[in-house]
Amino acid sequence: MRDFDYVRATGSDHAIEALAARPGARPVAGGTDLLTLLKDGIEAPEALVDITGTGLGAVEHGPDGLTLGALATLSRVAADPAVRASHPLLVQAVESAASPQLRNMATIGGNLLQRTRCPYFRAETALPCNRRTPGSGCSAVDGEHRAAAIFGWTGHCVATHPSDPAVALSAADARVRVRSAGGERTLALDELLRLPGDTPDRETALDHAELITAVEVPALPAGSRSCYLKVRERASYEFALVSCAVVLGVDGRKRISQARIALGGVAARPWRLVEAERALVGVELTAVPVRAAVERSFAAAEALPGNAFKVEVGIRTAVRAVLTAGGAR
Amino acid sequence: MTGARPRVDGPAKVTGAARYAAEWRAADLRHAALVTSPVPAATITAVDTSAAERVPGVVAVFTHHNAPRLRPPVGAPYGGRLPLQDNRVHYEGEPVAVVVAERLEQAREAVGLVRLDYAPLSAETDFRAVADTAVPTPPARWGPADTTVGDLAAGIAEADVVLRAEYSTAARHHSPIETSATQAEWRDGVLTLRDATQGVFNVHAVVSSALDLPADRVRVLAEYTGGGFGSKGYVWPHQVIAAMLARELGGALRLVLTRAQSFTSHGYQPPTRQRLVLAATAEGRFTAIRHDSLSPTSTYGEYVEMTANGSRVAYACPAITTTHRVAPVATVLPTPMRAPHEGPGMFALEVAVDEVACELGIDPLELRLRNHAEVDPTSGKPFSTKGLLACYAEGARRFGWADRPRATGSLREGDQLIGWGMATAVMATMRFPAAARARLHADGRVVVEAGCQEIGTGTYTIMPQLAAEVLGCPPEQVVLRLGDTALPRTGMTAGSSTTLSVGSAVTAAAEALAARLALLATGDPTAAVRLDGIELTVKNGAVEVFRLDELFARLGVDSVAAGGSWEPRENQRSMHTFGAVFAEVAVDVDLPVPRVRRLVAVYSAGRIVNPLTARGQMTGGLVWGIGQALLEKSTTDHRLGRFVDKNLAGYRLPVNADVPDLDVAFVEEYDPHASGIGARGIGELGSVGVAPAIANAVHHATGKRVRSLPIALEDLL
Ligand SMILES: Cc1cc2nc3c(=O)[nH]c(=O)nc-3n(C[C@H](O)[C@H](O)[C@H](O)COP(=O)(O)OP(=O)(O)OC[C@H]3O[C@@H](n4cnc5c(N)ncnc54)[C@H](O)[C@@H]3O)c2cc1C
Repeated sequence: MRDFDYVRATGSDHAIEALAARPGARPVAGGTDLLTLLKDGIEAPEALVDITGTGLGAVEHGPDGLTLGALATLSRVAADPAVRASHPLLVQAVESAASPQLRNMATIGGNLLQRTRCPYFRAETALPCNRRTPGSGCSAVDGEHRAAAIFGWTGHCVATHPSDPAVALSAADARVRVRSAGGERTLALDELLRLPGDTPDRETALDHAELITAVEVPALPAGSRSCYLKVRERASYEFALVSCAVVLGVDGRKRISQARIALGGVAARPWRLVEAERALVGVELTAVPVRAAVERSFAAAEALPGNAFKVEVGIRTAVRAVLTAGGAR
Repeated sequence: MTGARPRVDGPAKVTGAARYAAEWRAADLRHAALVTSPVPAATITAVDTSAAERVPGVVAVFTHHNAPRLRPPVGAPYGGRLPLQDNRVHYEGEPVAVVVAERLEQAREAVGLVRLDYAPLSAETDFRAVADTAVPTPPARWGPADTTVGDLAAGIAEADVVLRAEYSTAARHHSPIETSATQAEWRDGVLTLRDATQGVFNVHAVVSSALDLPADRVRVLAEYTGGGFGSKGYVWPHQVIAAMLARELGGALRLVLTRAQSFTSHGYQPPTRQRLVLAATAEGRFTAIRHDSLSPTSTYGEYVEMTANGSRVAYACPAITTTHRVAPVATVLPTPMRAPHEGPGMFALEVAVDEVACELGIDPLELRLRNHAEVDPTSGKPFSTKGLLACYAEGARRFGWADRPRATGSLREGDQLIGWGMATAVMATMRFPAAARARLHADGRVVVEAGCQEIGTGTYTIMPQLAAEVLGCPPEQVVLRLGDTALPRTGMTAGSSTTLSVGSAVTAAAEALAARLALLATGDPTAAVRLDGIELTVKNGAVEVFRLDELFARLGVDSVAAGGSWEPRENQRSMHTFGAVFAEVAVDVDLPVPRVRRLVAVYSAGRIVNPLTARGQMTGGLVWGIGQALLEKSTTDHRLGRFVDKNLAGYRLPVNADVPDLDVAFVEEYDPHASGIGARGIGELGSVGVAPAIANAVHHATGKRVRSLPIALEDLL
């Protein structure tokens, strides 16, 4: 681990200024991901700008939805009575992430920007990995890739995004508010998190010295039902092999009137099953027709030999999540 | 005295007062950090340490160019190559340079600046791809590589059912909480090591011989060892490096392995490929067992996983053939890991037995009862003691096995398929010579000394219990000093041998002390003595009570001491521990991640000295077995020649949520043959038989037979 400068920002303007003044600086929030990356030499910023003192940790609730301050910890988000009442799928996702100790430190903003768990990226020494060392190649494509992506990957990178909360936020159509010296803008998660293309090292749409200030989570449609389902080998304290967040409208005849489905663990960002969402409208809440609709989105799935099973697991996870959200399980 | 006694070292461990190898202070302490090879086989063609040497605080950088010369170590198992002696690399992770600095951060920083050029050599890391396998020469106490009794062909010919199947288990890493660490001090020509080890005398033998130091100039200490599970049993290069550099530089030096280095620095449980032939008559009598095992060894040394050993003794069968072969690969040497040999081996045999039971339509427990071995079927010797039938009966009763429906997939709760499975556990009893000393002070304190180790198993708790039992005093009156080569010699804490071996020596020492006290007090060494505080009661016809302070003053001594020892003797008995493990699993119909819902395990393991620490060992073993069955696997990338995940995020160990209700019991037993105290070994037994019981339960739930560990979701889709 290299020496670095440390700046404690007193507000978001100060943080943005401090970042802008140092091209090699990075913001640090809970540090639960960044410090590990520093210790393993995967990242070596010249300076850390500590943003935990910027006052961006509030959780607000209004008629249009929630505003989660970027620095709200995962524990804080999950404990908030308003969040529990309005967005149970988010609470389920947050509470399935990491461990209680980590959730006490980890922030919602940092969670969205955590980096992949691909073992080659995370290795104790630099192995060929285009995300870690641009141009060095991808070890996973021809190597160990059991947990790799089945959507949106390229030969340059097959890594997945590890966040649970991001998957729930994606299904909730959340937007991320970001701020830089140039002003404020909001981004959908699909805009914030980039697919690898041929520059997998460029993971987000954020500019240097641009901060996430909040996550805006619209109220779920009235009467909708939701669910977050996480599939993993270890019963706790493990990232998802595949996960699924569902927001569902169900009409009086037990037919689906509206569906939003996001899958986790299958791509470099939460993956919305757009075709399935369309195909599910009007479908009866039973396994066979739901599966037929879900499969529409998997026509585009592409697997490697070692993760081919994830296509079937992805389909089954989505079907189960839809049926569970709809109350048919 | 013996009986349930909570761990005496629990508070020290929980509060952090217990000091581990890397926690000792020294004013002149320096830190060493390893540079390890990124390739599995190579010649080092160039070395440039100049940038590393310029890092502030760096004291020295050692490579094969400037490292002190070493001699081949003797006297204890050594798992590595001699470090920094030549320009050859034999495995990824092999130490190739060492930085010593004033601060750990400086050493780590400099590690990244050591430049080594490698000319890679071809390297095979996939043991299944090795064409030239070899017949190993295992240590005598593990038995021969191959055995044959009876006529296998005839047994197969006479059978109604013949199962032929291949089983495999994954490479696993021990992953104790405490990564290995050595703190070495060279002062006035004496080398003192504080080491995270399961065997101080092993470290002493290897270090003194490699450094060519007289035995009395090396002392190895280990007051506490933070788990080992086999990884700290053999001696490995990092220990030699710390010793060698402390002597070279003088003063104190600390070397702590990183978690990533712990995946390549002290062995691993080798993956295995096991082929089973199990033949049985329609009535369910086994007529032939053949168990052929292949596992990797390194290219520079030999380790063989004796997976077929369990098949040599588990069941009465007229024809049993077992073979072991090893395939050299470019990795660090594999090594024993809880539970070695029978751990991976009984998975294959016990799943095979379940398969034959299904084929024959016989209840799996009933099939095992029909083939119960009254004597060791390979050696023909009687067992020292064997309570396996009682284990089956008690385990079945506790579990409710009698209610098990025969058909697979017949127990269901909503989306969950429920399955019940069971397996037999068998484990060879390892025994080592041991010596101990007991000293009674005038204030009533009894200090027992034995150079053994506390690796988390309860040694500090039960040795005083054994001494107190002899002396008739409360165990609180006795303390144990251990982990020091200046103390009486014992074996390593491995092979579940400590309680029976060291415990026998401690008992002998306490008996010798009692005799000496009787002699001093009354002139008759056979008089019965009982100690309570500072009162010594001696019964020699009449009952006399002495105050220790008065007695010792009269004798002109401060204390009275006596030594004792114990040695395993050949006694024409087959010595094994046994158990019956019952598992209930739930497997989701659509998302089939198996979850263990309960385990019942009953053991026959000789006398149980302390049911609390014994239970701790067995529940730990069961958790270990859950990991083996469902989670633990070190994947190798054969192109890069390395383990892929060298961290505890990628290498999955069970967490609390994976561990259900565990019901552990022992059958009442006293083994007069295995040790001086009626005990056999238990520590590793708990992790035998768990994986097959779970695999058999998964089959009962789903109808899917999985023959490789760990059982993965994709196996059950
Ligand atoms: C053992 C372990 C298990 C875990 N398991 C899970 C799991 O199951 N599910 C899951 O979802 N997560 C899991 N995590 C990840 C954990 O949730 C994240 O590490 C955490 O949410 C990151 O938040 P942080 O505040 O600590 O971020 P930091 O580590 O401080 O920062 C992470 C990144 O975000 C940037 N950043 C942080 N805040 C901002 C901001 N406001 N604006 C701009 N950039 C910012 C930093 O520069 C850095 O690049 C696990 C982590 C560990 C260590």
